[in-house]
Amino acid sequence: MVPASFEYYRPTDVSSVIALITQHGDDARVMAGGHSLIPMMKLRMAEIPHLIDLQDVAGLTGITIDGFTVRIGAMTTQTELIDHPGLRQTAPILREAALQIADPQVRCMGTIGGNVANGDPGNDMPGLMQCLNAQFTLIGPDGERTVAARDYYEAAYFTARSEEEVLTSIHFSARGGGYCYEKQKRKIGDYATAACAVTLYKEEGLCAGASIAMTNLSDVPVWSKAAGLALDGTSVDANAVKSAVEAAVADIDPSEDNRGPVDFKVYVAGVIIKRAIESAWSRA
Amino acid sequence: MKDDIQTREDRVSNLKGLGSSRKRVEDARFTQGKGNYVDDIKMPGMLHGDFVRSPHAHARVKSINIEQAMALDGVVAVLTAKDLEPLNLHWMPTLAGDKQMVLADGKVLFQGQEVAFVVARDRYVAADAVELVEVEYEELPVLVNPFAALESEVVLREDLEAGADGAHGPRKHHNHIFLWEEGDKVATEQVLDNAEVVAEETVYYHRTHPCPLETCGTVASMDKVNGKLTLYGTFQAPHVVRTVASILSGIEEHNIRVVSPDIGGGFGNKVGVYPGYVCAIVASIVTGAPVKWVEDRMENLMATAFARDYWMKGRISATREGKITGLHCHVTADHGAFDACADPTKYPAGFFHICTGSYDIPVAYVGVDGVYTNKAPGGVAYRCSFRVTEAAYFIERMIEVLAIELDMDAAELRRINFIKKEQFPYQSALGWEYDSGNYHTAWDKALEAVQYNHLRKEQAERVEAFKKGETRKLLGIGLTFFTEIVGAGPVKNCDILGMGMFDSCEIRIHPTGSAIARLGTISQGQGHATTFAQILATEIGLPADSITVEEGDTDTAPYGLGTYGSRSTPVAGAATALAGRKIRAKAQMIAAYLLEVHDDDVEFDVDRFVVKGAPERFKTMKEIAFAAYNQAIPGVEPGLEAVSYYDPPNMTYPFGAYICVMEIDVDTGTTEIRQFYALDDCGTRINPMVIEGQVHGGLTEAFAIAMGQEIAYDELGNCKTGTLMDFFIPTSWETPHYTTDHTETPSPHHPIGAKGVGESPNVGGVPAFSNAVHDAFRPFGLRHANMPHDHWRVWKIANDLGLHV
Amino acid sequence: MPDKMHIQLTVNGRNEEFLAEPRELLIHTLRERMNITGPHVGCETSHCGACTVIVNDKAIKACTMFVAQANGSEITTIEGLGNPDSLHVLQESFREHHGLQCGYCTPGMITRATKLLEETPNPTEEEVRFGMAGNLCRCTGYQNIVKSILAAAAQMNAAQEAAE
Repeated sequence: MVPASFEYYRPTDVSSVIALITQHGDDARVMAGGHSLIPMMKLRMAEIPHLIDLQDVAGLTGITIDGFTVRIGAMTTQTELIDHPGLRQTAPILREAALQIADPQVRCMGTIGGNVANGDPGNDMPGLMQCLNAQFTLIGPDGERTVAARDYYEAAYFTARSEEEVLTSIHFSARGGGYCYEKQKRKIGDYATAACAVTLYKEEGLCAGASIAMTNLSDVPVWSKAAGLALDGTSVDANAVKSAVEAAVADIDPSEDNRGPVDFKVYVAGVIIKRAIESAWSRA
Repeated sequence: MKDDIQTREDRVSNLKGLGSSRKRVEDARFTQGKGNYVDDIKMPGMLHGDFVRSPHAHARVKSINIEQAMALDGVVAVLTAKDLEPLNLHWMPTLAGDKQMVLADGKVLFQGQEVAFVVARDRYVAADAVELVEVEYEELPVLVNPFAALESEVVLREDLEAGADGAHGPRKHHNHIFLWEEGDKVATEQVLDNAEVVAEETVYYHRTHPCPLETCGTVASMDKVNGKLTLYGTFQAPHVVRTVASILSGIEEHNIRVVSPDIGGGFGNKVGVYPGYVCAIVASIVTGAPVKWVEDRMENLMATAFARDYWMKGRISATREGKITGLHCHVTADHGAFDACADPTKYPAGFFHICTGSYDIPVAYVGVDGVYTNKAPGGVAYRCSFRVTEAAYFIERMIEVLAIELDMDAAELRRINFIKKEQFPYQSALGWEYDSGNYHTAWDKALEAVQYNHLRKEQAERVEAFKKGETRKLLGIGLTFFTEIVGAGPVKNCDILGMGMFDSCEIRIHPTGSAIARLGTISQGQGHATTFAQILATEIGLPADSITVEEGDTDTAPYGLGTYGSRSTPVAGAATALAGRKIRAKAQMIAAYLLEVHDDDVEFDVDRFVVKGAPERFKTMKEIAFAAYNQAIPGVEPGLEAVSYYDPPNMTYPFGAYICVMEIDVDTGTTEIRQFYALDDCGTRINPMVIEGQVHGGLTEAFAIAMGQEIAYDELGNCKTGTLMDFFIPTSWETPHYTTDHTETPSPHHPIGAKGVGESPNVGGVPAFSNAVHDAFRPFGLRHANMPHDHWRVWKIANDLGLHV
Repeated sequence: MPDKMHIQLTVNGRNEEFLAEPRELLIHTLRERMNITGPHVGCETSHCGACTVIVNDKAIKACTMFVAQANGSEITTIEGLGNPDSLHVLQESFREHHGLQCGYCTPGMITRATKLLEETPNPTEEEVRFGMAGNLCRCTGYQNIVKSILAAAAQMNAAQEAAE
C-alpha cells in the first residue's frame, strides 16, 4: 500500500501556496496533517501529482482568544486544541469533541483545518463548527473571504471553497453556556454512528438560545435551526426536548453503511441528540 | 560443594521449571525492537513482488496486457497463469484435497483473487506497475449465499468434472463440495421424534478473519549455483511448507530450507500456503534474485484465510426435567471459491463433532455440507482447534435455547447434563474419548466466584425497573462451559497432506551443563522459548535459563507439524518431556559410574542423581554433562543428546467455565462488559504467567468476534471490511478487564499432564459474550440472534422485541 | 518521475542525509533505508500504531507520513529509547509484567507509552487505556500492557521522588 509519485512543495507563505495551486490547478492539493489524504493516496483512491504541504506556512497556527472571540489557525492540531488552557476555559466543547476524534497519535497530526476543509461527512469538527456558527477564512487568488460554516458544506467532499482557495483560519464567538458533544462510535478511531453538538444558554431557568448540529447523519453536517428554536424559551422539559429531537431528526438523512441501516441511525440519532441536549442543559 | 548449602526448595526454584512464572526470554529482543520478522529480512539484490488482484467476485478474464507494466523502469517480470502453466504451478493443491488457482486461469472467483504477479526493484515500483497491468474482465453472476449457491445454475468451479466425486466423496451439486457425517442419524432422529421436549434453532457463526498484526509474507531465494532454495516466511508449519514446496516445485527436499523467523501473531492465518509464496518462489527461480512478497492489510483481510462461516441448524431434545436425550446438527459450510480449509485430511469439517460439548448426550448426529461461493477461500482455525469454536458456540447456544424451552435456569441445565467426573475417560456419541475432566467442581467454583444467585436477583430487579421505565439498561449474564479438543493428533487418524501429526524435540546437552533444544513447532507469540525450556528444566535438572530453545529452521529443527490448534504443548511439549527423559536415563548411567554404584542405586532429585539412602553422595546434572564429554565410560557412548518423536495416543480435552456480565443500552445498542470471569483447566500448568496472558488474549479475540468483527460482503461479492476502520479490532479502551482462575485436572496420557490453553479462551469466550447479550433479552422473549453483536444488531434485537416504544 | 529530494533527518541522535522520492513513507525510510526495523507495518491506514515513532517530540504513525514531510525533523524510535546496558523503564516493565507476546506491536506500544507518561506522569488505568488506544495488540488483550505501563509510571515516580 504505497502512493503514486508526486511533486512535493513546502511553501512558507500563503501567497506561494496560492501561486502553486493556480499553476497546477486540479493536479494540486494542499495537505495539513495528511491523515485523511495519505491513506487515500496509499489506497490509490486519490492521485495528487502536486502535493503542497502546509506545515511551514506562516500564519496558519495558533489559538487566540480576544474577549468572546476565538480564532484558531487552520494548522492547529487536535492535540493543541485539547491542551490549550484558554480554550478549555472559553470553549470547552472543542476539547470534548477533539478527544473523541481518532486516537492520540492521529490527534498529534490531524488539524482542525484539515478536518473542516474538505467536506468529509465523517469528520466531527464540521458539525461542531456549524453549532458554534463559526466562520471560515479562505484565501484565494482573488484575496480573502469569509464563509459561514453553516453555508460551507454542499455535498460529500463538495464545499463552498473553490479549488484555488485555502482555508486559513476559523473564528467564532464563545459566550459560555451549556455545551455537549455526544458521539456514538464502534470503537476509538471510528467515525460517528451518530454525533451531536449542542450549545445553549440558560437565563432564569429558561433556555435563552440553543444551537444543535449533527455529524455523519447526512452527506453534509446538519445544523438544525428548528431544533434550536424548539428549546428556546422553554425550561428544556421533556416535551421541549422531544420537540427539539423531532425537529433535528427531521433534518437528517443518514445512509446505510457498516455501522448500520438507516432506521437504526435515525433512532440512535434521536437518542444521541436527546442526551446531548440534556447534558448541555445540566451544564448551563 | 557450594550448592550443598542450598535447600531442596532453592534448587527447585533455581531451575525455573514447571509451574514457575518465569519471565520470557523472547522479550529482551522484542522490547528493544530487535525481533526479526519476515519483512525485516533484506538480501542483496532482493526484488519485490506485488499482485494485480481482481476487483470482481466472479468474472471471466478475457485478456491480460502486461506491456505497459513491463515498460516501467525497475520492473523485472510480470507473471500470469500462462507463465506458471509450463511449470504446472498455475494451480496448487489445498490442504483440504481441493486445488486453488495461484494466478487467475481464465476466470476469477472472488474479489481480491490473484491475477498477475509483478516483480520489481522495490515495492514502490511494483505498486506502480500493478496499476499499469490491463486486465479485461467479463463479469459473471455472483453467488455469495451458500444456500443460493446450492440452488443456482451458475457453475463456479468449471475446472471440476461434473458429477465426479470430490476429495471427500460425492458432490450433489456443481457448487457442492462434500457431505461429511458422523454419528447415528437414524437413532438420533428417532429420539428427537419421540422426545418430551425439543428445541430447534439455526445458529450462524459469521465469517471472520484471524488478522494477526503482522500480515503474511515470504522472502524466496533460489541459489542457482548450489541448487538451494531458501524460503523465509510467516509459516505456522515450516516443515509442511518445505514438503509442499518440494512436491510442487520438484526441487529435492534437502535442497529446500524453510525458515520461520519471528512471527507477529498467527491465529491460524499462517497455516496455509498462499499464492504469494508460490509466486515468490517462481519469481526467484525466474529472476535468479531473492524475491520478497509481503501482503498489505487489505490483501490480508480480503484474500488470505478467513475463519468460520458456518450455518448450524440444530435440534436438541430432553426430558421435561432437563436431561438431554439427543442432538442433531446440520451445517451448511461456506468455504468460498476453493476448499482451502486447514484441517487434518480425514476431517473436512475439522473436529466439529466435539459439538456435544461438556454434556453427556446419549445419541447424536452431525452432517456438514461444504459449499462453494464467490468469497475468499480459507476456513482456518482462528485461534481454535479445527472448527471447535463453531462446535462450542453451537452447543452453548443450543443449551440456552433448550433452557428457554424448558423454562429452566441455564446454569442448572448445564449442571444436570455435565459428564460426571467418574465417567472419564468418556466416550462421546460422536466418537471422541474425553481424557479427563471435573466439570461440576469447576462450574460450582465459577458460579460462586461471581455470586451467580446475586447476579440473577439483580437481573430480575433490573427487568422490573426496566418495565417500570426507571432504566433503559438491561443486564445479561453470559454463561459458558466449554470442552476443547486439542493436540492433533494421533497419527492413526490425523494427517496434513499425508504427514502424520506427531511432533518432535531434539536435545543436545553441552559439556558445561547448558543445552539447546530444537522443536518442530514455531512460536508466534506463545513463548515457546520460555515454556519448553521449563518443561525440560524439570525433566533434566538444568536451569531453564541455561537452555536455548530453537524452532522454525527446517535445516536444524527435527520434523514437526507446526503450531496451531493448541497442539504445541500437547504434542511437542510431550516430545520435549520424553526426549528429556532419554537424557536423564543416560545421565543416570553416567552418574552411577561416577559414583561407583549400580545404575539402580541412584535416583533423580531435582538437579542431580543421588545415591539412594545417601543423599550426601550425588552428582549434579552439570557434573554429569561434563563427564559425558570428557570421560570414557564403559558401555556408554560419549555425548549427551536425545531426540523424540511423539505420536499422541489421544487428543487432550481442556475445559473451562466462563461468565460474562454485560450492561446493554437498549436505545443505542451499545454494550459494556462489567465483569468477565474465566476459569480454565488446562491440566498441568507450565507457566502461570504465560497461561494468564494467553487467556487475556484469547478472550479479547473472542470479544472482538462476538461483538463486531466480521468479514462482510455485499450482494456483488465486494468485501466491505477490508481495512481496520471496518474490521473490528478493539483497542485498550473497549476491551474489558478479565479475572482469571483455574482448576487443574491433568491429562492422564500426556507425559506431564498438560493439555494446552492458547485457544480455550476464544472457544469459550465467544459463547460467553454472545450468551450475555441473549440472556439480557431472554426475559423479553429473545431466543436467538446472530452475531456479531455490534451496536445496530443489538439495537435490532431490542427493536424487534418492541422495546423501543 | 519527479526528482528525488534531498532529505535530512536526525534519527536516534544520528544525522542522516540522503536523496529520496517525496512519496517514500517514513516507515519505509526507517526500516528499509536505515535498517531500523523496530517500528513495524501493521494496518497501513493509521489504525494500529505498530509504526509509532517520535517525530519532533510527538508520537506519530510513521506509515502515514511522507519522508518529505519529516524532512528536517528529529526522530526517535524504539532503538533510541534504551540500549541493552540501560533499558528504558518501560522496556523492563513490559518484560516484568508480560506486556507482550508476539512482540510485533511492542515497539510502537512502548514508544507511545513514553509519551503518555510524559503527558500524564501518574495515570489511572482508565487514562492508560484511553491514552494507548492508538495502538492495537492482537495477543495480550491489553491487560498486562496496562499493568506494565502503570508499574513503569510508579517506578519512574518513585525514582523522581527519591531524586528530589
